[in-house]
Amino acid sequence: MKMTSLAGFRRGVAVVAACAALWTTGAQADTTLLNVSYDPTRELYSDINAAFIAHWKAESGETLTINQSHGGSGRQARSVIDGQPADIVTLALAYDIDAIADSGQIAPNWQQRLPDNSTPYTSTIVFVVRKGNPKGIKDWNDLVKPGLDIITPNPKTSGGARWNYLAAYGYALSQPGADDKAAQQFIRKLYKNVSVLDSGARGATISFSQRGLGDVLISWENDAYLAQQEAAADHLEIIYPSVSIRAEPPVSVVDAVVDRRGTRKVAEAYLQFLYTPEAQKIAAKWFYRPRLPEAAAAYPGRFPDVKLLTVDEVFGGWRHAQQVHFADKGVFDQIYDGGK
Amino acid sequence: MGEGLASPRPLGESRTTRLLLIGTALAFLGIFLFVPLVAVFVEALCRGVGVYWSAVTDPYAVSAIRLTLLVAGIAVPLNLSFGVAAAWAVTKFEFTGKSLLVTLIDLPFSVSPVISGMVYILLFGLQGWFGPWLLAHDIQLMFAVPGLVMATMFVTFPFVARELIPLMQEQGTDEEEAAVSLGAGGFQLFWRVTLPNIRWGLLYGVLLCNARAMGEFGAVSVVSGHIRGLTNTMPLHIEILYNEYNLVAAFAVASLLAVLALITLVAKSALEWRYGGELSRGGGS
Repeated sequence: MKMTSLAGFRRGVAVVAACAALWTTGAQADTTLLNVSYDPTRELYSDINAAFIAHWKAESGETLTINQSHGGSGRQARSVIDGQPADIVTLALAYDIDAIADSGQIAPNWQQRLPDNSTPYTSTIVFVVRKGNPKGIKDWNDLVKPGLDIITPNPKTSGGARWNYLAAYGYALSQPGADDKAAQQFIRKLYKNVSVLDSGARGATISFSQRGLGDVLISWENDAYLAQQEAAADHLEIIYPSVSIRAEPPVSVVDAVVDRRGTRKVAEAYLQFLYTPEAQKIAAKWFYRPRLPEAAAAYPGRFPDVKLLTVDEVFGGWRHAQQVHFADKGVFDQIYDGGK
Repeated sequence: MGEGLASPRPLGESRTTRLLLIGTALAFLGIFLFVPLVAVFVEALCRGVGVYWSAVTDPYAVSAIRLTLLVAGIAVPLNLSFGVAAAWAVTKFEFTGKSLLVTLIDLPFSVSPVISGMVYILLFGLQGWFGPWLLAHDIQLMFAVPGLVMATMFVTFPFVARELIPLMQEQGTDEEEAAVSLGAGGFQLFWRVTLPNIRWGLLYGVLLCNARAMGEFGAVSVVSGHIRGLTNTMPLHIEILYNEYNLVAAFAVASLLAVLALITLVAKSALEWRYGGELSRGGGS
């Protein structure tokens, strides 16, 4: 009995080793790209990847596999800094790619390498409320009313949450006679009403739409439409505030990774593909505002004109905004700790 | 483990006290364990068996299942050898640093799994101590299968050793001493005396270790990188599906994990029922 169990053990080890070898080799066939993206782009890149794989096959004859990773934008940037081998990053805001550039893996001039500040599509920030808008929410100043329950993710980890914050701050600043102090006061009141601070935008959307938490969700325009589509008939309504922000989620190749893996050519082709009519149409389909007007024209009325502030005008660019508002002991830390 | 198996002696509490205690325990179990478990299966099957089947045979789900089995298949045997070696060393020999070893074995029980994942990033990530060296030698540990195995091993370290140490302590060293005096070598001693004595305890420890290895979320979440089809284990895949409004698929995969847990439980109970005496007293064959 003892000898057979020993033989059995040896056989077991051999089987495990063989399976391990089989599994790992199976996963490494052909050329692969890894696109590390932020939270709500799952559906978008699932379609874009399929289109680009066909496009690349026709152009070069090469069979391509594109792997995807999604999560809060700040957290995704962190894992690339820590060595996740991303060929491409498609994150929620420029600062997160700046942070990777600071670690030396992306060239400092990355944002000038592609058209439109390396942002092939844009979005904005809107409100999602329950059917019939029972709390009568029309604009940002309705969000600071006492007793309202707001869902927005954590600006420390989520890119969307940082856009939310800046949109609210920009609104407060644009009020007659307002200054930074008044804007901070406004933001403090707003975050006092926040009950759930998820780590990513999608988590916040799920909290609101599926788990039924909160009166209003501050959300990416694209994720709001998707949540509305997924929710049971007409359960959610989208409200456009009087002023919002032009959210620009940029893209870049990770130079250190593509040079090491020899994937620069295909990775750059992938990013250029994002600006083609085909990809722009996919972006519009998934509720991102495309750069090409004819792609948006396919969906009349989908992207209403709203007064949109930009980070560069109001906050002096992302690096500055990050440092003042979201860095350790920045404005967000002061108002959020103080608000409790 | 052993104490609970001895037949309970009535302590003379009144009938109401006993009923109240039993009722409270059952109510808690029902609300916090049984109902959620049922809910998993109800949610998973609420759109029919066809939807369930396509959810668990989706290529990403299949790769998550394979990855989970692969990670457990590596981590559990390694922890088995470590556990046996550690338990043997601790119970059969006296050496300096023994109490330190016993304390260290318990460390993963007291540390949050998230921290264990982060520590590995700190050591083997690109900005970590060994990161540049690993990069120079083209070795990818973090955000790849090796990192998942390491994180899983960390959290499942104690299970086998913790199961064996009390068992082997109770057995003492008499039989080993007898074997040695009859001329048995070290290897013979282990295969013919020690292993047969501990086999059921060992199996029990391996079962628990395996259940935890397959279900671990926190530690693997930190080192995984969440790449679909490559580094998503079942628990991570469930989270992703849930975040994609794909609740039925999320619960379908969750139900597979729940089934694994139930099989573990049944096997564990069967072991206790059949070999309860050996588990607690450690009798020889």
